[in-house]
Amino acid sequence: MNERTADNEYVIELRNVSRQFGTQQVLRDVSFGVRRGETLVVIGESGCGKSVTMKMIMNLLQPSEGDILWNGRSIADRSARELHRDRLRIGYLFQGAALFDSLSVYENVAFGLKQNTRLKTEDIDQIVVERLREVGLSESISQKKPAQLSGGMKKRVGLARALAMTPEVMLYDEPTTGLDPVMTDVINELILQTRASRPVTSIVVTHDMSTVKKVADRIIMLYPLARLNATEEQIVFEGTAEEAFQSESPRVHQFVHGEAGDRIRELAEAS
Amino acid sequence: MSSASPSVPRDTLIHGLGRGVINTVCLLGDLFLFGWEMLGWIITRLPPRSNLWSCMYHIGIQSIPVILITGGFIGMVLAVQSYDQFKLMHLENQIGAVIAISLVEELGPVLAAIMLAGRVGTSMSAELGTMRVTEQIDALRALGADPIHYLVVPRFLSCCLLIPLLTIVADAVGILGGWFFSTQILGVDSFYYWHYSEQFVYAYDVMGGIFKSFFFGAAISLISCHRGFHCGAGAEGVGKAATEAFVYSFIVIMILDFLLGVTIVNFYHFMQTVYPGVIR
Repeated sequence: MNERTADNEYVIELRNVSRQFGTQQVLRDVSFGVRRGETLVVIGESGCGKSVTMKMIMNLLQPSEGDILWNGRSIADRSARELHRDRLRIGYLFQGAALFDSLSVYENVAFGLKQNTRLKTEDIDQIVVERLREVGLSESISQKKPAQLSGGMKKRVGLARALAMTPEVMLYDEPTTGLDPVMTDVINELILQTRASRPVTSIVVTHDMSTVKKVADRIIMLYPLARLNATEEQIVFEGTAEEAFQSESPRVHQFVHGEAGDRIRELAEAS
Repeated sequence: MSSASPSVPRDTLIHGLGRGVINTVCLLGDLFLFGWEMLGWIITRLPPRSNLWSCMYHIGIQSIPVILITGGFIGMVLAVQSYDQFKLMHLENQIGAVIAISLVEELGPVLAAIMLAGRVGTSMSAELGTMRVTEQIDALRALGADPIHYLVVPRFLSCCLLIPLLTIVADAVGILGGWFFSTQILGVDSFYYWHYSEQFVYAYDVMGGIFKSFFFGAAISLISCHRGFHCGAGAEGVGKAATEAFVYSFIVIMILDFLLGVTIVNFYHFMQTVYPGVIR
């Protein structure tokens, strides 16, 4: 994946991407890119299309219109074999960790390696132990099932699983949702640690402003289409975390400071 | 003042009918494509053995108690229901033939399939539906595994291989259940029970039942996995997928039973005409 990309080019790029589910449009003409080694945080209210964007980047969903490029080349131009190969270079931490219920922690972390490599069992064992340690988990939990883990542990196992394949790009879909403040900070630290320990490009989708402050190199803010005019851009902000907090745009200000404003009345009218 | 409100199209019976037809055609087309993709995987690459064993254990071994109970009681119920009529005609000694034929041709395969659609099919659709809702199916794709290859193929193969075997078990236990009730409770002579069973039940009847159960297994697994994969959001979606899996499987089992029954009988007549006495 890295052979064709100069440092100043986008590793991941969305060009005029729209996505519709039936009659409901979630994304409209969205364009942005992420440079090598950068951590881009995508913020926005629930339902604005953040997770859909992540799934389209991972090619788990296809755009209704527009193009998504990995290292300057469109996903649509790739053969199934190329897609399979290149997708393995992207790690994905799912919102609810998405650990396989029927498999143990060890089997979850080793899953990608067993599916896609011919590594010996001893080598896989070593990688699993290393990745678990990296996210602060001991080998003793490796035989536990996901149902026996806490929310924070699940997220960390999900991160270990995503890192097991040594990805060049990490996608974090709401990594701190549902976690207590301490565990939220643990996950934020792990995101930083992951970036410090390997040359990884990251996209983090979140509405947690502590995560934004801690991990973001750059931020984009998506706004729900239902609350935009037909001519307005869906990306309502692009800049650094500091700029976001100092922004005078009412939409950005309201979100980053977590102010309800007239939202209750608006929601009541909308319903 | 005349009101100029926009005309909202009324949802008439014809609209509903049209929508129903379109949805059904879409569903069948999608099911066909789903099955086609799965067959492609079966031809090109079988799933890991451990995965297959796990499914076989769940579908085969864990279904044995249900099949034993169902088969045994069907046999006994057949004995209870037929005995009086046969006794009126002084044919009670031939009750074994009726029980055996009913079981191997119809009741064994169909009731075993319905029981397994309830036990295995709903469980498969709920499991896959939960995996979809909790993004585990997306996670499989993200980790380089094809969900149809990893999840559907082992379930399909297990159902196709084991539901016929479970049907044989249901047939055997049903005949034994019928024997037990007929001989121990109703006083039919054990010799006649087995004698008439053997005399009237042909190998073709037994094979026909097993042949049907193979298709029932294929239908149950395909429909249940398809419903699980297309499950709606939340607990309600999972529940609906499980219900649909059972209802659709039940309907398809009935349709297949009729079509395969006609085919098996016609094939028998055809073979008797062309090669008399070859099939028995």
